[in-house]
Amino acid sequence: MKTATFKIWRGDANGGKFVDYTTEVSEGMVVLDAVHRIQATQANDLACRWNCKAGKCGSCSAEVNGLPRLMCMTRLNDLPLDKPVTLEPMKAFPHVKDLVTDVSWNFRAKKKIKPFKPRPPDTPDGTWRMAQSDVDRVQEFRKCIECFLCQNVCHVLREHKLHDEFIGPRFFVQVAALEMHPLDIEDRTEELKQAHGIGYCNITKCCTKVCPEGITITDNAIIPLKERVVDNFYDPLGKLVKLFRPKAQK
Amino acid sequence: MAYADASINRRGFGQTTRPDAWWVQPSLVFLGLSAFIVYSTWAAFQGAHYRWGPYLSPFYSPELFGDATHSWFGAKPGWWPAWLPFSPALLILWVPGGFRLTCYYYRGAYYKAFWADPPSCTVSEPRKAYRGEASFPLIMQNIHRYFLYVALLFLVFLGHDVWKAMWFSDTATGKATFGIHFGTVVLAVNVILLGGYTFGCHSLRHLVGGGIDRLSGAPLCQKTYRCVSCFNRRHMLWAWLSLFWVAFSDLYVRLCSMGGWHDVRIL
Repeated sequence: MKTATFKIWRGDANGGKFVDYTTEVSEGMVVLDAVHRIQATQANDLACRWNCKAGKCGSCSAEVNGLPRLMCMTRLNDLPLDKPVTLEPMKAFPHVKDLVTDVSWNFRAKKKIKPFKPRPPDTPDGTWRMAQSDVDRVQEFRKCIECFLCQNVCHVLREHKLHDEFIGPRFFVQVAALEMHPLDIEDRTEELKQAHGIGYCNITKCCTKVCPEGITITDNAIIPLKERVVDNFYDPLGKLVKLFRPKAQK
Repeated sequence: MAYADASINRRGFGQTTRPDAWWVQPSLVFLGLSAFIVYSTWAAFQGAHYRWGPYLSPFYSPELFGDATHSWFGAKPGWWPAWLPFSPALLILWVPGGFRLTCYYYRGAYYKAFWADPPSCTVSEPRKAYRGEASFPLIMQNIHRYFLYVALLFLVFLGHDVWKAMWFSDTATGKATFGIHFGTVVLAVNVILLGGYTFGCHSLRHLVGGGIDRLSGAPLCQKTYRCVSCFNRRHMLWAWLSLFWVAFSDLYVRLCSMGGWHDVRIL
């Protein structure tokens, strides 16, 4: 049987090092399978978070050969197995043990977002009417599985550690889903500019590249939100035009 | 210990565990943009060989001041500073230059290629401080939509140049006769590519309908939004093709004017 070597980061918040593990690999295996085999045969204490093994729970996020990936969706036959495969924990979040990080900051950041605020019901029975085409646009954002790979790859969080001033691509997707929702009437542009720090994003598109759900984060969520911020804060001519134009539907 | 400080410490510039050639793309962007900047600056300062027959180089269109017989407002203006060499291109190139400089695609590309911010995804940066586009000077990138308005106007001028590039003076009679030469095609392709780039602009996408949440209530905006989104999906491709072709169009007119190239008649 074929073998492959995995360089896995072992350690905790106080430090660590790469340890090489060589294990048998077979057709159809993904990185998570190899990690489980190593766990079962060579390193019983290897910490690794996982759940669905189907790319839907977002638990097994890690860095495979330096790029944020879901271990359960990274097939070994897509990797160059002639060299050791590097496995590291996500770097934008505090390290707990081996491949596990503490992603709790994301849930605190999420709480900063103004919640959904629908317009008054369209009909006396308290229901609303929405066109499918309007819902389609925000449907893309609903695919997010909260694996936080986009947060991890974003250099504003990963490199510059601006967790207190920037909510990151995952939550711009969340804001976009609310802000562009055909029923929502809340205005979040002030928060986007100030508390959420959208100005820190410099459009590297790394978040879009690593998204396992294929959400076009930069082009469909972040840039449209940046444009809404421009509407409200940096476009005096647009403001002037709006003064003389009938109020458009939000 | 602050939350952010507890993650694995940052490493030195360019460090990464990526085994792939991550530096290829930013290097190509650096070379491509640098080559364009050098050529366009040189061409803009030439102030000559920008017109041949019915062709006008896109770097010089619209020609506001310059050749007294063709320009809109006559020869070199009196207010032009004596220390600055005059060229009609210098009066107008700030529009396409500013449009590309503030373009969302180019921003992401040149932040990586010229400023290593970051050099590539998950590759360490050379500096700790970071202000992004949240403060001066990069907050000025928000002016992009204003450049868009003028860039859209420039497409009309360039389209008119293509129309004019179909009428050639008969050397015997002096009458203008219809014809399509290779240069006509070059200028027409230039407008098509610049159109594809401009109509895929993220700001335009927002302005035509992206800012409306219930697009179904505005069918015209919805159709326009879909059309712009279609161009927008290949914005990077349009950006590079149009950048290359606009420089090639200038080179073509320049070579024809200098006698280094014979313009072939097609029709």
